[in-house]
Amino acid sequence: MDISTQNTQAPPTPQPSPAEQKRAARGATRPGDRIFLGLSRGSGIFLLVIMAAIAVFLTYRATLAISKDEGNFLTTFEWNTGTVPPVFGIAVLAYGTIVSSIIAMVIAVPIAVAIALFLTHYAPRKLGGPIAYVIDLLAAVPSIVYGLWGALILVPHMDGLFHWLNDYFGWTGIFSWEEGPARSMLTVGILLAIMILPIITNVSREVFRQVPQMHEEAALALGATRWEVIRMAVLPFGRSGVISASMLGLGRALGETMAVATVLSPDFDIHASLLNPGGGTFAQNIASKFGEASEFGRDALIASGLVLFVITLLVNGAARAIIARRKEYSGANA
Amino acid sequence: MAKRIDVSGLTAYYGSHKAIEDISMTVEPRSVTAFIGPSGCGKSTFLRTLNRMHEVTSGGRVEGKVLLDDEDLYGAGIDPVSVRREVGMVFQRPNPFPTMSIFDNVAAGLRLNGSYKKSELQDVVEKSLKGANLWNEVKDRLNKPGSGLSGGQQQRLCIARAIAVEPNVLLMDEPCSALDPISTLAIEDLIGELKERFTIVIVTHNMQQAARVSDRTAFFNLAAVGQPGKLIEIDDTERIFSNPSVQATEDYISGRFG
Amino acid sequence: MSHATIADKRPSTLRGARLPKWSPYAIALGSIAVAIGIGLGAGLDSRIQIGLIAGLLFLLGTYVIAARVEGSRQAKDRIATSLVWVAFLLAVVPLASLVWSTVVRGIKVLDVYFLTHSMGVVADSEPGGGIYHAILGTLEQVGLATLIAAPVGVLTAIYLVEYGRGKLAQAITFFVDVMTGIPSIVAGLFILSIMLMLDMQPFGFAGSMALAILMMPVVVRSTEEMLKLVPNELREASLALGVPKWRTILKVVVPTSIGGITTGIMLAVARITGETAPVLLLVFGNSFINANPFEGAQSSLPLYIYQQYANSAGSEAAFDRAWAASLTLIAFVMILNLVARGIARWKAPKTGR
Repeated sequence: MDISTQNTQAPPTPQPSPAEQKRAARGATRPGDRIFLGLSRGSGIFLLVIMAAIAVFLTYRATLAISKDEGNFLTTFEWNTGTVPPVFGIAVLAYGTIVSSIIAMVIAVPIAVAIALFLTHYAPRKLGGPIAYVIDLLAAVPSIVYGLWGALILVPHMDGLFHWLNDYFGWTGIFSWEEGPARSMLTVGILLAIMILPIITNVSREVFRQVPQMHEEAALALGATRWEVIRMAVLPFGRSGVISASMLGLGRALGETMAVATVLSPDFDIHASLLNPGGGTFAQNIASKFGEASEFGRDALIASGLVLFVITLLVNGAARAIIARRKEYSGANA
Repeated sequence: MAKRIDVSGLTAYYGSHKAIEDISMTVEPRSVTAFIGPSGCGKSTFLRTLNRMHEVTSGGRVEGKVLLDDEDLYGAGIDPVSVRREVGMVFQRPNPFPTMSIFDNVAAGLRLNGSYKKSELQDVVEKSLKGANLWNEVKDRLNKPGSGLSGGQQQRLCIARAIAVEPNVLLMDEPCSALDPISTLAIEDLIGELKERFTIVIVTHNMQQAARVSDRTAFFNLAAVGQPGKLIEIDDTERIFSNPSVQATEDYISGRFG
Repeated sequence: MSHATIADKRPSTLRGARLPKWSPYAIALGSIAVAIGIGLGAGLDSRIQIGLIAGLLFLLGTYVIAARVEGSRQAKDRIATSLVWVAFLLAVVPLASLVWSTVVRGIKVLDVYFLTHSMGVVADSEPGGGIYHAILGTLEQVGLATLIAAPVGVLTAIYLVEYGRGKLAQAITFFVDVMTGIPSIVAGLFILSIMLMLDMQPFGFAGSMALAILMMPVVVRSTEEMLKLVPNELREASLALGVPKWRTILKVVVPTSIGGITTGIMLAVARITGETAPVLLLVFGNSFINANPFEGAQSSLPLYIYQQYANSAGSEAAFDRAWAASLTLIAFVMILNLVARGIARWKAPKTGR
């Protein structure tokens, strides 16, 4: 009932920021109030300080590394930080990160949306609830377990699919295969898709469940079939929710470390084929190179981490912008 | 294309709960029939059995017959989707599709039934909006979202959407209960015009409204809370409001309960 | 509308021809049979291929038959229904396989000995050893992280909901969102960059700090949601009695939503318990028991799993240990989840719903 009260804050009318301190002072005349306000505001400020520190420290260490880089940091196909002079660049990592995430999204988003629809509109009611609960739990399975499963179970099971793809689509180059172990970008993409499936499904299901009954009934009363109801009332209403769910999944896929590190057999090259081993991602490269890296090598890895950080920020920002732009059509008038 | 509705021995359930029991009545084509009665008497449930919307609710189930010009809506082999196309419905709260423009809202039902040429669509949309007395107010902003209209306009948009597919029957579930008096008047006038073309059944809480718009009135009541609702009587509106044959109807109309 | 203009006395416009209820199963069986036939005939040995052919035949068959009998709208509806079911079944396979293989393989070496001993001098490729040191490390690191993140997170949420206005609150809200999106390895790199400057060696608490960074935004978000659910009337009633604001918050607002706040914190704990990347960078791993999180390398369960997998050169004994540790980790995370959800249901604020 009271969920709509977004202004649960103090009663006085909203005032611009200069007046804030006056208001706070008014509300905090007692020592108890002042201490408590100080503590809670301090915590908030602490969060801001951490964010600033992350940006500053990463940038500082990154510049230490990049300033000594003999190659072009953005375009070099190498990661030699131990040599004199050091030569390293993120081109391969950026490519691998983006390709594996795109594969994951292409597979996961349609399937997740379909499962969400299955749970809200197709499955028998008695089945939908428990399945949703189980999927909720699966979202909590740690990524390292997905990584272990991916490396030991999924990889051997990819052979059949790879053979088939190679036989029929090998001529494209993208799906050619040299019969090596399936520790490739495609396997990584599929594993990432499986990992982000629960989270995208969950958020989408939540959104689809919130479609007002009256919109669905409007479609039904016009003589729409179940699929047409979904197309007319459910999907348009849920679109921005699905987009933000997908972006959430994309954020995870971009930054995923362990599942890629266990499955991928990396090298420092860009390969046309998605089926042959090779390539790398930002996070995977950090995890696998970190052990042997010198202090300078670690700074170089920090530099690559900074790029990953910026990419995830851009993705999140894009998601927010898309959602904000769709507000007009969000159906919030209900 | 108005059709006659013949209901016989209709009982509807929500799970194991019996919501209405053994209802029989005839609704004449090209007339307005109003359902009145206290809250919870099952008049809305009954209305929703007339286009098979009742079974959309979980546990919803119906026994009995609803004949639409001699064809049983609940007979074997009847497709509920086609039923709803022929028996349109307007709901209590205006519910235009929020993501669609005014034009697309009206065209929504048509687009379901195959491809129309742009010009055909435009004709039907204009005709329907005119039929819903909304054309003059929205003709300059057909591409704006329907949710930007006022409540009364939204409800008329929903009526336009419903009549655009040329149904045989138009069901209205308390169409004015969420509207202000002026919008209500506009809708009531509209109902008077629409009955030339459609069979109209309207559920209303407002007895004056029933008296104003309907040709016949059906009074529903329930013995006690938890008991199924029943049809007490149906007669010409004039008679119901002046000289009903059942005491309970008179009590309700004169405001002694409900 | 157009077909109604001609009053041809066709039986009905309502009587859409329907396929019988068993038709999807019949079509499915038919397509599998035909696919196997094609497979045998063409000498295909790949099960994937036969399955794919069967699936395509099913969709095609459904569409053609339904379109013939019921019309194209119904056919589309049926295709959508089949696709949705297929998507669901397709997703079940890997997720079920994940759970199944973890349980079946994990149970092999999981016993009391395994839980109460460390790896010690057992080589990675040999059988034996256990995960006591890793469990200890995980509990300490996650515990310390929670000690930092939970109060900061809850207090921040209180600030945002109860006091927050103006630019500062907006900035905090925005950056909490940003923080939610930080990849775990970046949080690890941040602490690493500090350690590089101070010339520090890996230790447990360094991992805790990175985990705390990952945990804070999650706690803030969930606590915020819970505090917003507290009806304003409660606050006003208390303030009207002359209770100071801070006591109102502590005695009325927080207790009302304590169930939800606890749930949120437990779910956040469950999330960081499985984090590997920051621990790998900052805590490094150790096969001996090190109970001091403030000095020297430690292990942790997720890190243990990774190292058993990665450092063992394919030894079966190490894989068995990795599975057993995975099972332990999953069990721990699941129990946290189940208990948290139980609390949420049990302590849900009764707001007249």
